[in-house]
Amino acid sequence: MNTYGLLAIYRFEMARWFRTLVQSVLSPVISTSLYFVVFGAAIGSRMAQIDGVSYGAFIVPGLIMLSILTESISNGSFGIYMPRYSGTIYEVLSAPLSPFEIVTGYVGAAATKSVLLGLIILATARLFVPFEIAHPFWMVTFLVLTSITFSLFGFLIGIWATGWEKLQIVPVLVVTPLAFLGGSFYSISMLPPLWQKIALFNPVVYLISGFRWSFYGISDVAVGVSLAMTFLFMIICLAIAWWVFRTGYRLKA
Amino acid sequence: MQPIISVSNLTKTYASGFHALKGIDLEIRRGEIFALLGPNGAGKTTLISIICGIVTPTSGTVLADGHDIIKEYRAARSKIGLVPQEIANDAFESVWATVKFSRGLFGKPPNDAYLEQVLKDLSLWDKKDNSILSLSGGMKRRVMIAKALSHEPQILFLDEPTAGVDVELRRDMWDMVRRLRANGVTIILTTHYIEEAEEMADRIGIINKGEIILVEDKRTLMRKLGRKQLTLHLQHPLERISPELAHRNLELSADGTALIYTFDSQQESTGIASLLRQLNELGIDFKDLNTTESSLEEIFVSLVKRDAVPNGLAATGGRA
Ligand SMILES: Nc1ncnc2c1ncn2[C@@H]1O[C@H](COP(=O)(O)OP(=O)(O)O)[C@@H](O)[C@H]1O
Ligand SMILES: [Mg+2]
Repeated sequence: MNTYGLLAIYRFEMARWFRTLVQSVLSPVISTSLYFVVFGAAIGSRMAQIDGVSYGAFIVPGLIMLSILTESISNGSFGIYMPRYSGTIYEVLSAPLSPFEIVTGYVGAAATKSVLLGLIILATARLFVPFEIAHPFWMVTFLVLTSITFSLFGFLIGIWATGWEKLQIVPVLVVTPLAFLGGSFYSISMLPPLWQKIALFNPVVYLISGFRWSFYGISDVAVGVSLAMTFLFMIICLAIAWWVFRTGYRLKA
Repeated sequence: MQPIISVSNLTKTYASGFHALKGIDLEIRRGEIFALLGPNGAGKTTLISIICGIVTPTSGTVLADGHDIIKEYRAARSKIGLVPQEIANDAFESVWATVKFSRGLFGKPPNDAYLEQVLKDLSLWDKKDNSILSLSGGMKRRVMIAKALSHEPQILFLDEPTAGVDVELRRDMWDMVRRLRANGVTIILTTHYIEEAEEMADRIGIINKGEIILVEDKRTLMRKLGRKQLTLHLQHPLERISPELAHRNLELSADGTALIYTFDSQQESTGIASLLRQLNELGIDFKDLNTTESSLEEIFVSLVKRDAVPNGLAATGGRA
């Protein structure tokens, strides 16, 4: 195990984040605050409670998930795309590092940033609305699992992308719509029956549902199913990552 | 002694279908400076990239210090440092951060004193806190070298190290290469500047179109293939070469003031003695003489052109 090598990548990625800390942290904090002002205060005050939870509190887990998904993908993809783009990837490829160590370094750093960001947004939200966390352990579990899984997904996008546009396409065209439609701002049960069925094909529904359950004990789908779906997605990403390193896809000529 | 690198039957076919390497066999000796010489597109970078783990070989094996570069990649790679042909740096990092990163990447525990020495040797120490972005092109290249040396490699690859490099850096680089070799580091450099190979290398390998044409001790190569010329500056100009001398490999200079004799320095009898005797008998006096030998460049050009031996020889200076 090349621990020094893994840590070198991890620290390198974290250092990049800290250099742009204000930008990295401030922008999601501001956008979350705006969501609360608009949805929580302005609209939320006219909304009925959902399953006994005020609308402002109801959207907190969804908003955190929304940020986590976008940030994980963006950090995960940028981390590996940048050295590919600049050419510095040669050094990582020529170093005595296993694929597992390389992935852990990049994805671990991206996931760390997401988890920290999730906690910052959580604290910001607390300033706007009062809420309790019913199952803190599961809250952290979902936060960490989702961060890792989507950072890994981002890592794969960063390997697949052959240009800056491609790097943006998946987050903009796929993930953001899925996240918005995945129940960040409403309960799936509020949809017409047909759309409730369709929604179950959206993986983000399971993430948000499970995460919301850890806060309020209410969920659209069973928690076990949420957890299983998250793991399933992670395993799919791991399998693709394994294939990438085995074949050298987009990494080695 | 076991070679530090042994390449056997290595081939590379790129996804495009291009055969960049066609069965390379090569052994690099421990502690030597080996120059891989070849024109653009010969496959030098491909070969180095495979040894360093950046390009996947199509077939064949490579051992680095006895370790298979694929099966035992950790052991193999930790021995190797690479300065690639193209400059690629993390622009926003400081020089110090980037060399520390490189050392860590190769699994070595921190050693700031060593890294300080590396930076000092490369005249980078006073720039250690600068971002790489702010450095000049030459300085950026020095940073690449510092990164390659950061983990104390036993084998150093320099891919076209002096392409587009200023005189000062070039000199510093050769000083460094000699120092490294004195410390037992094996150095493999690629170049298409022949003078570089001639000046630096212990052995020279010539690669062309994905094939190693020749590997030879530099001196042997120079001697073996180096045709020599003896130029006799005549006391009195001649109009033509007299028939008695026709059997000799002689040319008369355009103005008739010099006779040029081409011979193979490797042969038992160079024919010089008998030529001089015969000239004496014929009463052809000369006031001066000098010999020249073909440069590596000519040898190289002739090999690459698949001419057996260079014919027209140009002087590289009077090394009699
Ligand atoms: N990724 C690649 N895909 C296809 N062909 C390549 C690739 N890299 C290099 N080549 C080709 O392989 C040949 C050898 O290239 P290279 O090893 O860079 O030569 P050198 O370093 O001796 O100039 C060249 O003809 C080059 O065009
Ligand atoms: Mg090259």
